[in-house]
Amino acid sequence: MNQEFKGTENYIATEELQIAVNAAIALEKPLLIKGEPGTGKTLLAFEVAKALNKPMFTWHIKSTTQAQQGLYEYDAVARLRDSQFGDEKVNDISHYIMKGKMWQAFENEEQAVLLIDEIDKADIEFPNDLLLELDKMEFYCYELQKTIKAKTRPIVIITSNNEKELPDAFLRRCFFHYIRFPERPTMIDIIDVHFPHLEEELMEEALKVFYGIRDIHGIKKKPSTSELIDWIRLLKLGKNTKEDLQKIDYLTTQPPYFGSLLKNEQDYEHINKVKRAGQNTMRRF
Amino acid sequence: MFLDFFLLLKEEGLPVSIGEYLNLLEALNKRVTRFNVEEFYFLSKTILIKHEQFLDRYDLLFGNYFHGVELSDADKKEIPKDWLQKEIDRFFSEEEKAMIEKMGGLDKLMERLQQLLEEQKEKHQGGNKWIGTGGTSPFGNGGFNPEGINIGGDGGGRSAVKVWEKRQFQNYSSDVELNTRNIKLALKRLRILTREGIEDELDLHTTIEKTSRNGGYLEIEMHPAKKNRVKVLLFFDVGGSMDPYVELCEQLFSAAKSELKHLEFFYFHNCVYESIWKDNNMRYNDRIPTFDILHKFNQDYRVIFVGDATMSPYELTALGGSVEHYNDETGIAWLQRFVTKFPNTVWLNPSNEYYWDGTPTVKVIKEVFKDRMFPMTLDGLANAMKTLKGKKIIH
Repeated sequence: MNQEFKGTENYIATEELQIAVNAAIALEKPLLIKGEPGTGKTLLAFEVAKALNKPMFTWHIKSTTQAQQGLYEYDAVARLRDSQFGDEKVNDISHYIMKGKMWQAFENEEQAVLLIDEIDKADIEFPNDLLLELDKMEFYCYELQKTIKAKTRPIVIITSNNEKELPDAFLRRCFFHYIRFPERPTMIDIIDVHFPHLEEELMEEALKVFYGIRDIHGIKKKPSTSELIDWIRLLKLGKNTKEDLQKIDYLTTQPPYFGSLLKNEQDYEHINKVKRAGQNTMRRF
Repeated sequence: MFLDFFLLLKEEGLPVSIGEYLNLLEALNKRVTRFNVEEFYFLSKTILIKHEQFLDRYDLLFGNYFHGVELSDADKKEIPKDWLQKEIDRFFSEEEKAMIEKMGGLDKLMERLQQLLEEQKEKHQGGNKWIGTGGTSPFGNGGFNPEGINIGGDGGGRSAVKVWEKRQFQNYSSDVELNTRNIKLALKRLRILTREGIEDELDLHTTIEKTSRNGGYLEIEMHPAKKNRVKVLLFFDVGGSMDPYVELCEQLFSAAKSELKHLEFFYFHNCVYESIWKDNNMRYNDRIPTFDILHKFNQDYRVIFVGDATMSPYELTALGGSVEHYNDETGIAWLQRFVTKFPNTVWLNPSNEYYWDGTPTVKVIKEVFKDRMFPMTLDGLANAMKTLKGKKIIH
């Protein structure tokens, strides 16, 4: 194998993730990435492209996205309009074919990285419409009467947030990796990458607060890696010290910039309730 | 060479296919990983398993099948002595350490370990299922647990507990969302496409017509794209005899919520009377008069009742028959009001169709609903949606 993905200076990839990415590259299969929000699913594709020095094509999926849009779109209205003015362009239909992200990736001379982001946002049938395209890396363009085939099979990375179940036929064509929430040692590596000169004690306290919140049972939206990083950035900007963090009890003193960690207002109440209940039990004994 | 393992996965109900097995062999052939068990575990997981729901089961099976593989490799390698010494310091008391000395010291002990490994190898073909410590061995004595040994691996500060034995995916095995895909597909049949809202699509037909009228001079007409605007009221029976179907109802609810944009849901117990509720925690405090609902929603709404329709006949036919309060009107009268008001109404019954005829109240409700009662199977759901779609309503 000529090129291997090992993470980058900005992105910590676990060994497990590296193997999944490298297997998908070696066998030219799409790699489906799932995991909690904020664990770096989308970022992975960008980092793979960067590490392997390949061009990147990103196809963001929305609820209205059709599979066809990733291949190409035919602008009939523009052609009709041009015909009114006797434009020479009209005679060549290819002027009105707008290439989608998949076409662009297929057509690229060197191997590209194609990210299909948040595939679960689309219609439930969407993945089924891409089976052949992902399998054979080719599709047929009716307007031009020709088959578009990938010059070099792109590295396809697909992310999903599990809002919808993906069909079996689609899953069978992909490799799959679930990004677990990073454990403490990995998390420290990740923070190191983002804040190389963070005081160890501040990091220690910040992680304590962070995992403390994640461990509270019944929180609706647990803070994720990306939220932790934003929070630490704010702590640094606000010149907070470890003493500030040690004072936190969630009753009278909330963590500074709490809003960047918790995004659901019900969670504030929940934490308060849990902590107060904890305090009461303490008193009783 | 991993065929037995693959067949085991298949047998244990993991959805693996031959194509995936071939992929795995190809990956091994291409040397995607080096040959060590941990990397093989990562590789096989990424290729064979496609849903986090199955990861836990996979970890278990992998652990069982490859248990001791690393140990059985050990007979070719030497056990690092200082490592063993460290373990001994940790696990054995001074007394026990003295005993080890008596048995000939560390070297003898290691010899014995090798010997045991050999024996195991002879007993089980291939030696890849080295189980237990053997009660007679000196190893069992001080709680020296071979599972903790990572002899075959490359060590290097990695934890001795194998990754798959941590079973980190245990939680993902029960998720309501998991089996809802089929239900969603069935609900998709209930599509009423209408053109409303922003004009964002070329109306080809009118454009051609207007352009021809214009003497060939282009006149573009747009119209809104077709969208599913079906409106649904969902009524769930909760509590009592419905308890066994909670999971099924949750799945239906979760699927309906994501598939149907205009969805209102309410709860009732056994039968609908003069009030229902939206939040089960507040069922005694925050009730909504049923008449409000009958008046608020127009007959465009499709109505789905979900319940087993199993209760005491009095709850349907008698005044004051409700088990919870005194009702001034019979349950039937209330159900009848819904059926009259909303032309497209169905009853989904999660109980087994086989028993319907034996339950008097099911028969009565089926009659009130003009036979539009369907079992909560995929077929039943599909038929119910077809029925709900029904004819167009003319105001």
